[in-house]
Amino acid sequence: MINLSRRKLIVSGLAATAGASGLAVAARMAQKYGLVPPDYGGVYGLGETLTYASQRLLTRHSLAREFPRSRISPRPFPNELAPLTEDFKRLNAGGFADWRLSVDGMVAQPASFSIADLKSYPSRSHITELACEEGWSYIAEWIGVPLSHILNLVGVLSQARYIVYTSMEPDTWDSIDMADALHPQTFLCYAMNGKDLPVPHGGPLRMRLPRQIGYKNIKFITHLTVTDNLKRFGKGMGSAAAEAGYAWYTGI
Amino acid sequence: MAILGSAQLPAEASVPSRVSTAPVTKVSPRHSGLVRVTHWITTLCFFALLLTGIEIVISHPRFYWGETGTVLTKPLFQLPIPSSRRLVPTGYGYVLPDQNGWSRALHFEAAWIAVLTGLLYVISGLLTRHFRKDLVPSKADLSWRALLTSFAKPLRFERPSAAEASSYNVLQRLTYLFVIFVLFPLVIWSGLALSLGFASAFPWCVTLLGGRQSARTIHFFVSLALVLFLFVHLAMVCLAGFWSRTGAMITGRIGTRKEYT
Repeated sequence: MINLSRRKLIVSGLAATAGASGLAVAARMAQKYGLVPPDYGGVYGLGETLTYASQRLLTRHSLAREFPRSRISPRPFPNELAPLTEDFKRLNAGGFADWRLSVDGMVAQPASFSIADLKSYPSRSHITELACEEGWSYIAEWIGVPLSHILNLVGVLSQARYIVYTSMEPDTWDSIDMADALHPQTFLCYAMNGKDLPVPHGGPLRMRLPRQIGYKNIKFITHLTVTDNLKRFGKGMGSAAAEAGYAWYTGI
Repeated sequence: MAILGSAQLPAEASVPSRVSTAPVTKVSPRHSGLVRVTHWITTLCFFALLLTGIEIVISHPRFYWGETGTVLTKPLFQLPIPSSRRLVPTGYGYVLPDQNGWSRALHFEAAWIAVLTGLLYVISGLLTRHFRKDLVPSKADLSWRALLTSFAKPLRFERPSAAEASSYNVLQRLTYLFVIFVLFPLVIWSGLALSLGFASAFPWCVTLLGGRQSARTIHFFVSLALVLFLFVHLAMVCLAGFWSRTGAMITGRIGTRKEYT
């Protein structure tokens, strides 16, 4: 038998109301401060949002662990590659001289860069671990131009909130928020361990985000779009991976 | 809450001394409401974490020690199971379907709920003195003799005594404390160490465990220890009377349903 006193009823009613309005306020604040990932819907949205929001609050400026040169893995594992397209093979045969990275969207000056252009900018490197969601990982030296450098060149408008990046591989695209895009370790990576980035590792150009899982580090990048709204891309979940059931934010 | 007629109290139920002779008396429950609710939320999360953890391991059933490890390096050991990835050498002629997308999502969501529930449990356990009252063994009980007795009893399939039905013996107390304050914190720590974002803000959480792959291997073994605990826990519940003990964790009342009106 359940004995509910009037006091208990009033107290739990008040607590429920406070809890519900607290949640509503939290949701509004989270939207305002960019703490809600584009794949917040569905049964796993709660987990995705808690992870993304807490990591944005805790790790916005933190740097991925870097390692001494002596710890570079002797045999980096490139993982499985989808069959290369005819277009890709043609560019590869030409030494990627005709490879283009185009940048458009919310920028002052849309532009397009060759690999030689990218190499002419100040290069940066870090020795960091690439970790796959499957569980394996290796350490390599990653060399490239910080994404922030390219974004400064084209002049990102102040409303911009995300960078969408697209691969030459069919149906392969992803996006990151401005915290990751402007992060000093986020590279457009064109070399690895002192040599041009090998094709199995995404050569000639790969996105390198050492604070996120391997599948977010998309290979064969040809296109960047700066936007304030991910709803306009694909199904609006922020990445092809998210549409296939894999989380958009992969800092975990 | 349970409101019992004192005349109907089962013989083995503990009757607190403050129970008056009034015809209807409130008996404090075997497990508090908060313990019951957090127990079952944790149970649900544990099964979700176990299932999705197995699915994630299937995509790379190899374990390493140190910072790095791939199919190109020698593993510490490899589980003799097929894999959901073609490039993992397993010796099996087939590849299992990939389940990692939803498995990872559910793993982290269940981890969030489990950790928040655990925090609620630990904080309220400290405030209500639940740990000191119900779990920390008394000095007198901490003898080898008492430990051996509580260890040997279930091995002889002896049912717990009446006193033990309303409280925990020393071995149970130590086991629960070990699970709550050692295994759960370790599994959370080693899990968080695998988060690249978390590790960037708190790098010591990886380095103290000996590197990323060590953290993953530790996460695996601590999970195994928790599964072992689950089996022993279930065996003990069955020995003591599955329905009465499970009922106690649901309703808070100890005893068989027949004994209550």
